[in-house]
Amino acid sequence: MAERWRSALLLCLLMAANSAANSAANSAANTEAPAPASTGNETTGTGHGTATITTLPIVTWKWHHVEVPYLVALWVLVSWLCKLVIEANHNVTNYIPESALLICFGFILGGMIWGADQVQTFKLTPTTFFFYLLPQIILDTGYSMPNKLFFTNLGAILVHAVIGTCWNAATLGLSLWGCHQAGAMGNIEIGLLQYLLYGSLMAAVDPVAVIAVFEQVHVNEVLFILVFGESLLNDGVTVVLFNVFDAFVSLGGGAIDAKEIVKGIVSFFVVAFGGSLLGTVFGLLVSLLSRCTKNIQIIEPGFIFVLGYLAYLTAEMLSLSSILSIVFCGVCCQKYMNANMDENSIQTVRYAMKVFANGSETIIFVFLGISAIDKTIWVWNTGFILLTLFFILIYRFIGVFILSWILNRTRLVPVTFVEQIIMGYGGLRGAVAYGLAVNLNETNIKEKNLMVCTTLIVVYFTVILQGVTMKPLVQWLNVKRATTTELTLVEKVQNKVFEHMLVGIEDISGQIGDNYWRNKWRNFEEKWMSRVLLKPSARKNQDRLFNVFHQLNLQDAMEYVKEGERRGSLDFIRNESAFVDFKKKLEEDYEEAMPDIMADMADDQNGASVMRRDPVPSISLEMHEQNMRGLREAEVINSHHLLDQHLYKGRKQHRYRFSRSHLDINQDENEVQEIFQRTMRSRLESFKSGKMGVAPPKTITKHTKREPQPKMPNGRNKNYHSGDEDFEFSEGDSASGYDTSFPMRVGYRAGAGIENPAFMPDLDPSSPLHIPPWLADAGLEVNQVAPSERAQMRTPGHLHRLASLRSRARSGETDQDLPPPPHRDDDHL
Amino acid sequence: MGSSRSSLRRVPDGQQLLQETGFSAAVLLRLHQRFQFLDKDSRGHLRSEDLEAELSENPMGDRIVGAFFQPGQETVDFPSFVRVLAHFRPTEKNRTRGGEQPEPANSRNRKLKFAFQLYDRDRDGKISRTELLQVLREMLGLQVTEEQLQSIAERAIQEADLDRDHAICFDEFRKSLEKVNIDHKMSVRFLE
Repeated sequence: MAERWRSALLLCLLMAANSAANSAANSAANTEAPAPASTGNETTGTGHGTATITTLPIVTWKWHHVEVPYLVALWVLVSWLCKLVIEANHNVTNYIPESALLICFGFILGGMIWGADQVQTFKLTPTTFFFYLLPQIILDTGYSMPNKLFFTNLGAILVHAVIGTCWNAATLGLSLWGCHQAGAMGNIEIGLLQYLLYGSLMAAVDPVAVIAVFEQVHVNEVLFILVFGESLLNDGVTVVLFNVFDAFVSLGGGAIDAKEIVKGIVSFFVVAFGGSLLGTVFGLLVSLLSRCTKNIQIIEPGFIFVLGYLAYLTAEMLSLSSILSIVFCGVCCQKYMNANMDENSIQTVRYAMKVFANGSETIIFVFLGISAIDKTIWVWNTGFILLTLFFILIYRFIGVFILSWILNRTRLVPVTFVEQIIMGYGGLRGAVAYGLAVNLNETNIKEKNLMVCTTLIVVYFTVILQGVTMKPLVQWLNVKRATTTELTLVEKVQNKVFEHMLVGIEDISGQIGDNYWRNKWRNFEEKWMSRVLLKPSARKNQDRLFNVFHQLNLQDAMEYVKEGERRGSLDFIRNESAFVDFKKKLEEDYEEAMPDIMADMADDQNGASVMRRDPVPSISLEMHEQNMRGLREAEVINSHHLLDQHLYKGRKQHRYRFSRSHLDINQDENEVQEIFQRTMRSRLESFKSGKMGVAPPKTITKHTKREPQPKMPNGRNKNYHSGDEDFEFSEGDSASGYDTSFPMRVGYRAGAGIENPAFMPDLDPSSPLHIPPWLADAGLEVNQVAPSERAQMRTPGHLHRLASLRSRARSGETDQDLPPPPHRDDDHL
Repeated sequence: MGSSRSSLRRVPDGQQLLQETGFSAAVLLRLHQRFQFLDKDSRGHLRSEDLEAELSENPMGDRIVGAFFQPGQETVDFPSFVRVLAHFRPTEKNRTRGGEQPEPANSRNRKLKFAFQLYDRDRDGKISRTELLQVLREMLGLQVTEEQLQSIAERAIQEADLDRDHAICFDEFRKSLEKVNIDHKMSVRFLE
């Protein structure tokens, strides 16, 4: 009830604001002419000081001073107020996408202005649209693009973008021309070339519209990325086609020969690749910059916006594809910026991008609505309009089906028929087409108004009608939706098993598959690019845990402290009778920002797939006065945390080298080394147990030693034998300085079986501090020889220690099984 | 590819393998070449060392190699080699097969069975807690302590165990993975 009053009040405010703006605009426009009687507001014309004054004015009306910025700000405000009104009631937005409602609001507003002025003073001009409203939206999509998903499906996306758009353009243009020849459109003056031009501007799927409609529908990621990626990349084609046909139309039909056509094709490659390259260069520039901005963290977030915009403008200047440029700028700089920048800056950038993008989108749709209410542009030609609509739909579906059929023969996971339908139906046209239409040259194209009108009608049709029906269609067809559920532990483990399995099978069967190229790219990227573009500290932390989990644990910790404050002390953690139950709850609103998937951070960890969708997780704290259940739940969350933290990565995420003799700085050396040593050890054990009938060693248990250990000099064996054998370890890194800030809480049960220290991880366990697990992997400056060589070299050398060890073990063995820490969550604090 | 036909004769049981596994002749030939490459002493069969050499940096390496060998056997010949690899062929949809035909090696069921056997080394049809612990141990870094491992294993079994026997049988395993796209996650595109 209150909401309805609020909505009504806002509407009145809107109208008042509008009439104020109108009258102000009127007075501005009419200062020279007698002001018409408008809605009762004062119109004085002495604002700008050219009139002579007779006495000192205390306050003057200075409309001219502020006219342009004032109107701009006012319109932004009005558009955003529309959005406010719409979102006041969620029930409506469940059925009708917000974009459609905004367009309707635009109609209303346009109607009001028309009513007041008889002239459409405001419309969406191409300049405003292309230079001030579109770039931030595209920058946002590029920056929050799920890179892995995008590049995995890049082939399919490109095929759809390039071939699909050309197909759409050609078929639409030719069909319309055919119908024109057949007389279906009456008497209009459009030649074949102009039809083709028109086809080219109508062909492109619009990214703004796609986001606006799909964000509410939540289809599965692959489908989304296919449609969305296509809508972004087809700009390259659209720009080329439009410019080429525009030029052809200016040249006139006669001047077109083979040479021009060849030039057209060449220009496509230049425009597309040039734009992408330019964007990449800017992206790398931003990354490089972010490496150096440690001292100006306060304006660090601003650089991406400025450089992104410059990328856009530079491409425009060079007549390359500006959308491609800014997309690739965002795509390239994501990873490095997120690694280099301070956390606050990262959050700032994310939020600011969303604000700008959403704000612009709102304004665009409102103005699309307003621009319609303009009598001067309206030319109605039933045949043209209806045929355009019809052909657009038909050819979109046909194109998608044909291309998908071709692509499915090479894809591992085919796109199902149902998904193809959604892809076809999701071919929405939007403001880009409108902008291009308004940009048409009137002298060359006599029927420009007709084209503009038809474009508007198509846009309304796709955004409103298809937008409204998209969700029911998806539900009716039972399209696979995006997964939002947390994986079970078994699933997580199994996913990892699969990965390792696949890598192993590929190795055995000697395949050079996708993984091979991916590895090559990763090697290159890690060797050259990361070295230049990442801060040294960021490089160390890079592929370790999921900064997401770092944040998660930080928030856990903060919640603990808050709860502790509430209760008076942190003692409650140790209290058996009350347990804190943590549940992580995804914020509802963030589901809207579906493109905001920081997949790169979570890489391939499925455990973090939940986190991927949620850039800002919120933790709701529920207190339970239950004993076991609370404990178990905490254990659950811990188990998940543990798995996600510690599972060995498959080779896809490794820098896996095919040549063992290759020295390199490989942060995954540890893992690889561990695995290798463990494998070797177990083989040795089974060999030995086969021979000597000795029981295999017990598993490694946790052991913490509180006294500080002296730092180990390089290349020396040290065995610590206090009366109890706490732990033995092999020599530290023999090669070079070892960063002893690497604390591994590795414990070994002393003397159990054939516990060969030679096969223990070569690390300096000299600081058995309770380093939280997420930092435990950090900071390993590795300058090591590749593990295999070293292990190979060292294995024979250390076998002799086995015997001595065992004898020592038998004599002085004591188990050092420390009691488990009071509460496992301590580890995460 | 006429030449492949003739060279197929060099492959033992070539025709039958083609039928059984569903590989194309070119892929089969390639795998045969690979087999011969791995079989350094040209014995005609592979031992575990030959395979292990490729996989020492893979945490599941031993298990994968073990899966190639039938229980009790020390060597694997080419047909067995290919039969195991056939599990990883991408599944074809819309295949109609008669009821008498045996289930193809790359069906979802067979893939899952293969994965199951990686865990269940003693082949008793169940993944016990110890077996799961072993797998977890192999896959997790050494920072994880024994108690943490135990709790993960315990929790994992609880989640999946429906008949409360503290072990995961094949059906429970399959059920717990029903949402996972096995075809995608367990397929390797075999190149010619």
